[in-house]
Amino acid sequence: MTEPKPAEKPEPDDTAPVTPAPETAPERPAEEPADQERRPGFGSLFLRYVTTANTVMVTLYSFLLAMVIGAVLIIVSDPAVRGTFTYFFSRPTDALSASWTAVSDAYAGLFAGAIVNFTTLAEFQAGEATIGRLLSPISETLTYAAPLILAGLAVGLAFQAGLFNIGAQGQVIMGTVGAALIGFGLHLPAYLHLPLALLGGAIAGGLFGAIPGVLKAWSGAHEVITSIMLNYVALSALGWIITNEFVKDPDPNKQYAISKPADESSLLPRLAGMLGIDAPGLRANLGIIVAIAAAALVAWLLAKSTLGFRMRAVGLNAHASRTAGMSVPNTYITSMGGAGALAGLAGATLVLGISPHALTHGVAGEVGFDGITVALLGRAKPWGVVAAGLLFGALRAGANTMQSTLPLDMVTLLQALIVIFIAAPALVKAMLHLKVPAGGLATTTAKGW
Amino acid sequence: MANDHIDLTVEPGEIHALLGENGAGKSTLMNMLYGLITPDEGEIVIGRPDAADPDGELVDTVHRFQSPGDALDAGLGMVHQHFMLVPVFTVAENVILGRETSKGRTGLLDRDSARAAVREVSERYGLWVDPDALVEELPVGVQQRVEIIKALISDCELLILDEPTAVLTPQEINELLDIMRQLRDDGKSIVFISHKLKEVKAIADRITVIRRGKVVGETSPTASESELAAMMVGRDVRLTVEKEPASPDTPVLEISDLTVADDRGTHAVDGLSLTVRSGEIVGVAGVQGNGQTELAEAIMALAPTIGGTIRIAGDDMAHAKTHEIIEAGVGYIPEDRSLDGLVRDFTIAENLILNRYNRPPYARRGVLNAAEIQRRAADNIETFDVRTQSADHTAASLSGGNQQKVIVAREFSRPLKLLIAAQPTRGVDVGAMEFIHSRIVAERDSGAGVLVISSELDEVLALADRVAVMYDGKIIAEVSPDTPRDEIGLLMAGSTGDDEEAAGD
Amino acid sequence: MTTIDVAESAESTALHGFWTRSRKVGTVLAVLGIAVFLIGLTMTAGAEASVRFNLTLPEAAAAFPAKPVVLTLGAVAVLLGALLLTGRVHLPFGLTVGVAVAAVVLALLIWAIARPGNTLQIDTVLKGTMLLALPLIFGSLSGVLCERSGIINVGIEGQFLAGAFTGALAGTVTGSPWVGILAATVAGALVTFVLAALAIRYVVDQVVLGVVLNLLVLGLTGFLFDRIMKDNESATNLAMRVPEWQIPILSDIPAIGPALFGQNVFVYLALVLVALVYVMLFHTRWGLRTRAVGEHPVAADTVGIKVNSLRFRNVLIAGLVSGLGGAFLTIGEALPFSENMTDGKGFIALAVLIVGRWNPIGGLLGALLFGFAMQIEQFLSSVPGGSPVPSEFLAMLPYLVTIVAVAGLIGRVRAPAADGKPYTKA
Repeated sequence: MTEPKPAEKPEPDDTAPVTPAPETAPERPAEEPADQERRPGFGSLFLRYVTTANTVMVTLYSFLLAMVIGAVLIIVSDPAVRGTFTYFFSRPTDALSASWTAVSDAYAGLFAGAIVNFTTLAEFQAGEATIGRLLSPISETLTYAAPLILAGLAVGLAFQAGLFNIGAQGQVIMGTVGAALIGFGLHLPAYLHLPLALLGGAIAGGLFGAIPGVLKAWSGAHEVITSIMLNYVALSALGWIITNEFVKDPDPNKQYAISKPADESSLLPRLAGMLGIDAPGLRANLGIIVAIAAAALVAWLLAKSTLGFRMRAVGLNAHASRTAGMSVPNTYITSMGGAGALAGLAGATLVLGISPHALTHGVAGEVGFDGITVALLGRAKPWGVVAAGLLFGALRAGANTMQSTLPLDMVTLLQALIVIFIAAPALVKAMLHLKVPAGGLATTTAKGW
Repeated sequence: MANDHIDLTVEPGEIHALLGENGAGKSTLMNMLYGLITPDEGEIVIGRPDAADPDGELVDTVHRFQSPGDALDAGLGMVHQHFMLVPVFTVAENVILGRETSKGRTGLLDRDSARAAVREVSERYGLWVDPDALVEELPVGVQQRVEIIKALISDCELLILDEPTAVLTPQEINELLDIMRQLRDDGKSIVFISHKLKEVKAIADRITVIRRGKVVGETSPTASESELAAMMVGRDVRLTVEKEPASPDTPVLEISDLTVADDRGTHAVDGLSLTVRSGEIVGVAGVQGNGQTELAEAIMALAPTIGGTIRIAGDDMAHAKTHEIIEAGVGYIPEDRSLDGLVRDFTIAENLILNRYNRPPYARRGVLNAAEIQRRAADNIETFDVRTQSADHTAASLSGGNQQKVIVAREFSRPLKLLIAAQPTRGVDVGAMEFIHSRIVAERDSGAGVLVISSELDEVLALADRVAVMYDGKIIAEVSPDTPRDEIGLLMAGSTGDDEEAAGD
Repeated sequence: MTTIDVAESAESTALHGFWTRSRKVGTVLAVLGIAVFLIGLTMTAGAEASVRFNLTLPEAAAAFPAKPVVLTLGAVAVLLGALLLTGRVHLPFGLTVGVAVAAVVLALLIWAIARPGNTLQIDTVLKGTMLLALPLIFGSLSGVLCERSGIINVGIEGQFLAGAFTGALAGTVTGSPWVGILAATVAGALVTFVLAALAIRYVVDQVVLGVVLNLLVLGLTGFLFDRIMKDNESATNLAMRVPEWQIPILSDIPAIGPALFGQNVFVYLALVLVALVYVMLFHTRWGLRTRAVGEHPVAADTVGIKVNSLRFRNVLIAGLVSGLGGAFLTIGEALPFSENMTDGKGFIALAVLIVGRWNPIGGLLGALLFGFAMQIEQFLSSVPGGSPVPSEFLAMLPYLVTIVAVAGLIGRVRAPAADGKPYTKA
């Protein structure tokens, strides 16, 4: 797990030709046809764009490929549909229509649960459904997206500094603890209580997240292993904290271990209420605004601040950064601390935004792990993470409504498939016979231990 | 294009030198010949004795090697510039790798016969080496011997030596040349790749010169050095750097009794003392691996020191941090450009402020000033003649010479008290080399003290006002750059007195 | 291995002056020892607090007063720590630390259970240790096979899960645990096939890939469990059982006999595999080539070794081995499959691999250490009268041990030089 030694590194320049690398040249043709030559026309330009393995198209195709594989799984795992395949050759239409029904029902359900249900829309237009029911899918998507975006930012920020933060889950858990402790432990007016509770979550997550950074800085221990182990430590710690006298809900009728609920004054207000919409069922809350504000902050940090400059420099080449006088260990600690704070914030939005506003064993769900896929899909870029978080939030919201027909694991599966294709653009390119874009394929580079 | 329709013919029992400057395409050619790179077009014809009639005409076969395995089968052996040895293996393990034999039917490695084979070749050609030694613990000269044994043991007919002398002392070079002659007399053919005129003249039977991927001529070793140099570079070469005599002033770098450990824990720098004054260039001459890297890194606080003091402009800097040393007015050109000098995926503009990114005017209160950064980049690109379309292109898109100019621009754009230049022109073309040399001299003339560390003796002699010869972690002599090369060569081999035995191992 | 020790102890002296790694570790051990000693002093003396060691047979049981035992063990840790601290006596570092840590752990264990009537069932603890270590042994062996040839395998967790699921399914459907085991190895290899294809052919970052593959298998097995197994457990997901084989005489050795020679077939498989991989790796042509490919692939290529196909093959073999580890979790433990039942064992196996220095035998020892930590946790949380430490903290023990081991040992160990670096020709 040591850094590569300078001596082992081959020197490409000794044998490299003295001509500039090709990367600069091919960029021109991409612009020229648009401005000067009108001949290719929009149609053929569009065609060329969609048949090239550029970032946008790889992302889109990854999504589609994952959906196709998901469809295959839905078909083969459905006993009724499988049954129709036993007599496929005598009556193929049965098998095909059964397959089509199973897949289209599943994906239509996903869409209806995530974005808009057309039946409800029709009812709403006819005056039979409330605005609350109509907006419910979007509201659910935003509710799920907020912590996902924050957790994705936590993984993405660490990626920028060359660190793989698999410990987001543990940091989210610590964030829920920090927010909940302030939420029910203090009694303050809302304008103080909410910010303080959010801050409590961020600080708890940040301190916990800094641990792998410190370990890496001091001993060189790889953050992947230490942060995974800390996930389990956090889970056990949560279990202990919940049963603590000070924390435990005193109500003896509770069926399972749960903490006291956070005060009303510390909760994230619901968007519907803030916008004056009378729909008590809409859960979407200020959390999504917090998440987007955090993304903006991270974007600014990376692009405009000296700290972000240092993080990116260390992430891309720790040796050169050290030679230029930057402190690599400090950067590791700061980056992991910052990442942990973002994950902690995700935890805070879970406790302060979603009922029962209290700590339970499953309070953090899988948000931290999902953050990894969100960050990979968003390519570790803040706005990419926002988009990815919204997408996965939608998947999660949709899965809840289709849970009757399909297990929730379907979403985990789809997420993992999407991200595998994203991580392997060369595979997508080969499967779909795409062209290589100017500047090559965008791949995450392997660093080794 | 690294190679453009090159024709090369090597006769049996000849040493054929392939001469060309860094980046001319020599290594690319040889990697194709060896199957590491597959050529776009062209073919390789190899003549070998017919098995049925060993003394008759050679039988030609046409090849297009897809892998080194093919090349090996065809009787080619290669000693690479970067040794192809597994550091954690023993000599014997390295030698048998790829052609292992087993003990009977057990399937277990037959290490005994491997040892015996190594000893046999060692004795036949006088290449002594312990078959059980771990390669990473051997000096480079011996590692090279292992490479040669590796090639010989597979009965190669054509041996390719890629820049074999770069890492050797003058004495080791002489030994290598002797070995080459012996192999030639044994009937082997040798391709000797080098950019060093003296060696090529000394050993080659025929010389092919290549430039920019093309053969520019074939000649015999009787050609004069300046003829060869002109062919190699394409114009008359200035072998000297124009500069006025130095006017050394106050000391800017005082090192006394410095000791530094390398990654392996041995004392790479061992009680070294050295002084550099403002207005002079001190050149450190020495064979690679005698502690030069660690010396430079210790001055920059990049390698932890065990003992001794480092004073920069009079201040004790032994416990300073790297950024404090940079702040004190020390510029640093690291020897490994792509590893330590640049962030390849950063833009040129970002690389130019890599060590000033958090200082005014490029940043205030933690916020970068994009306009100021762009202004600086535009300014530097023009002044230092960096060939690029835009400051927003990545450093990786630049050629080696232009990457080096970015580093030079970064370091020379502020007043320096001291400049540490390690291998400042490694792997750059002649134009960039001359440019960098003249900037270093200009830096001296404006009052900085300069420490040039280079394994190219010619570079040290051309630049330095004073030459410090480094051997085994110490400065063993300080001489004038006018000192005869032979004398400096002996010093580089560690021989300070009247005896020459120290050159061996 | 010995050469590394020499070089690195020299490095420590060189880089850190007085505070070498062994001095730091020595200090920590001495402090731990003193803590144990102090805890021992607070214990009540006399027969009231005694600890009984039971070595299988009733007559072999022996009772010791707990206090002196704890004090002695504390003193041993202090002594060993002090020896490391002085730096005078040259001790084998790993062994010294191992003994001192074992002394501390044992002392705390005795302190925790020292109540009248409690018995420390040595043979049960050792047997349990072996069983808990088993998946880690398979996992770290799989890691050895991958990483020695230069491919990082963070996906062990996923391979376990795939093996566990497939093993349970195929075993139940066919009614034969042996078919289940076979199917599990194939499932493990299928996962590593994806790993190999994407890492080698499509040059995907191996750490990222491993993590995502884990998620993929987690999702896939969860999905299939839900769709196929959940409503039809009796036909698809039964607890299978493989026979225990008692090796005559050997299994009667006190304490270690039952742990090593009275176990189910997986234990023997694991021990044989450790020995086999060790010999293969260091004494055969395949091993030499594998290590060459993991250390210096270009050098291997120049002597005609097909780097990527060798890597591909080894990663597939590694999948077979980790699939076996997965099969153990269901078939070997006689448990039905449940979602995410691996619970991080694959990641601990990865840590074991590092702690064991990418060496099969090191991995075995490391796995036993972690198995012991987990066994202690299980043992203490089931002690009559309750443990003085909350069970949640005991549950953290294996994970904390992993962190300490990785943080404490890294720098002393060195990964194969080309580990995680894809080999592509220019």
